[in-house]
Amino acid sequence: MSVGTTAPGRAQISSRTLRTDRWWVQPVVTVAVLVAFIIYATIRAFWNGDYYAAPYLSPFYSPCLATNCVPGTGEVHIVGGWWALSPALLVLIFPLGFRLTCYYYRKAYYRGFWASPPACAVAEPHGKYTGERRVPLVLNNAHRYFFYIGLIFNVILSYDAILAFRNAEGAWGHAGVGTLVLVANAVLLWLYSLSCHSCRHVIGGRLTHFSKHPVRYRAWTLVSKLNTRHMLFAWASLFGVALADLYVALVASGTIADLSFF
Amino acid sequence: MGYKAHFRVWRGDTDGGGLHDFTVEVNEGEVVLDVIHRLQATQAPDLAVRWNCKAGKCGSCSAEINGRPRLLCMTRMSVFAEDEVVTVTPMRTFPVVRDLVTDVSFNYTKAREVPAFSPPKDLKPGEYRMRQVDVERSQEFRKCIECFLCQNTCHVVRDHEDNKESFSGPRFLMRISELEMHPLDSLEENTGVDRTATAKTQHGLGFCNITKCCTEVCPEHIKITDNALIPLKERVADRSYDPLMRLFRRADKD
Ligand code: SF4
Ligand code: SF4
Ligand code: FES
Ligand code: FES
Repeated sequence: MSVGTTAPGRAQISSRTLRTDRWWVQPVVTVAVLVAFIIYATIRAFWNGDYYAAPYLSPFYSPCLATNCVPGTGEVHIVGGWWALSPALLVLIFPLGFRLTCYYYRKAYYRGFWASPPACAVAEPHGKYTGERRVPLVLNNAHRYFFYIGLIFNVILSYDAILAFRNAEGAWGHAGVGTLVLVANAVLLWLYSLSCHSCRHVIGGRLTHFSKHPVRYRAWTLVSKLNTRHMLFAWASLFGVALADLYVALVASGTIADLSFF
Repeated sequence: MGYKAHFRVWRGDTDGGGLHDFTVEVNEGEVVLDVIHRLQATQAPDLAVRWNCKAGKCGSCSAEINGRPRLLCMTRMSVFAEDEVVTVTPMRTFPVVRDLVTDVSFNYTKAREVPAFSPPKDLKPGEYRMRQVDVERSQEFRKCIECFLCQNTCHVVRDHEDNKESFSGPRFLMRISELEMHPLDSLEENTGVDRTATAKTQHGLGFCNITKCCTEVCPEHIKITDNALIPLKERVADRSYDPLMRLFRRADKD
């Protein structure tokens, strides 16, 4: 049985923490933002509409793989007509898995949702703690596989951003606010993926002798620089996809008109 | 200029104790340790406190100030408002000896459980040659002053006494990481012991949930979680959780 900081032998202090700063602000804000995102993403994923405003495809619905996808959203319908639900549900599981197993989001949800610990030197409310040694949390070790899949998604969403340089009729040479939104979304997703800890390991971190692999060493150095900002990219890209989807939804539903630059 | 500060200092031993109030003079430029020393000199001659260098380099004066694990000698009084109560307690993860002094032998036990650097058999001392780029990464970890603030803050043992046996803590997982990344360490060739495998089995790396409190409190600003623990978790994943890596490991071993 765990008895925390009141274990026998330790200095007898009954307070859970003696911290005087507002240590609870960070976990509260984390939970609030993540819950807001989850609610928004769930609604939009089940919505099954307003996800395409030619030439813009919402990142929640890309790649659009089912036959029930609206025309113009891609021709690769590897999932047939039997799929009657929202096509977003077919793909969202991968970015979801990528973020759930991300080292940064793990820190965020262990602290925010599970209070394990809520903040440093603030006792957690649990009697027992086993960490990431058992199912399901041990599955977080599969993060690198989600990273590889995430790269495929990045390529597809970058392709979507390139397609946004065509106009609604399919002619090249267009750019509107939507184009900017999709490009920004793709860039943020690349920054998030390239700054990933698994990326850093695969690209060179697992080597013992950098001197034998100058190119990988160089790549590792660059990824390491991005890696120090991984938390920033994690949040920026989360807002990025949500805002990109919101923009497409607003245009597709006719709520706003896309402003075209040329 | 000088002012009178309100201090609350934990005094006691294994049989019990509590916070005691003191009003004590503080002068410009002082650190918390100076004020503790003034208490010893003027009001509490038997107050126990461990210290040595007063320069943040010996790692002796670890304690908790307003609930935050810190070095007494590196915490400036200027970070507190003059009317703020300053609470000083011993580290709350290790058994208390008396007042601000704790018994940190848990850490020495864990240190002994990590096999030492093991050079290639054919090299004699003085013959070690390494490239700077190869050792650079692990040199960050050599900045450690063994203050054990990270060990004290890690919730795995701080909040769960029963995990102490199976978890070595950030400081010693970092040590394994350091040796694992070392270009000349040949423990596996010499003895067959794979350091990464022991990180998972004997040292409890899986307990760590990368919540980064060790990094937050390290007075040497070592990026313990990002540069030592996560890379070690990735190495464990190579060995134990990545079927594809089993095929490629030989090719990617250098
Ligand atoms: S990151 Fe891991 S080792 Fe460091 S304090 Fe958190 S749980 Fe402990
Ligand atoms: S890693 Fe940092 S916090 Fe931990 S013992 Fe070393 S110097 Fe102290
Ligand atoms: S660590 Fe965050 S995406 Fe890999
Ligand atoms: S007295 Fe040496 S670190 Fe504080």
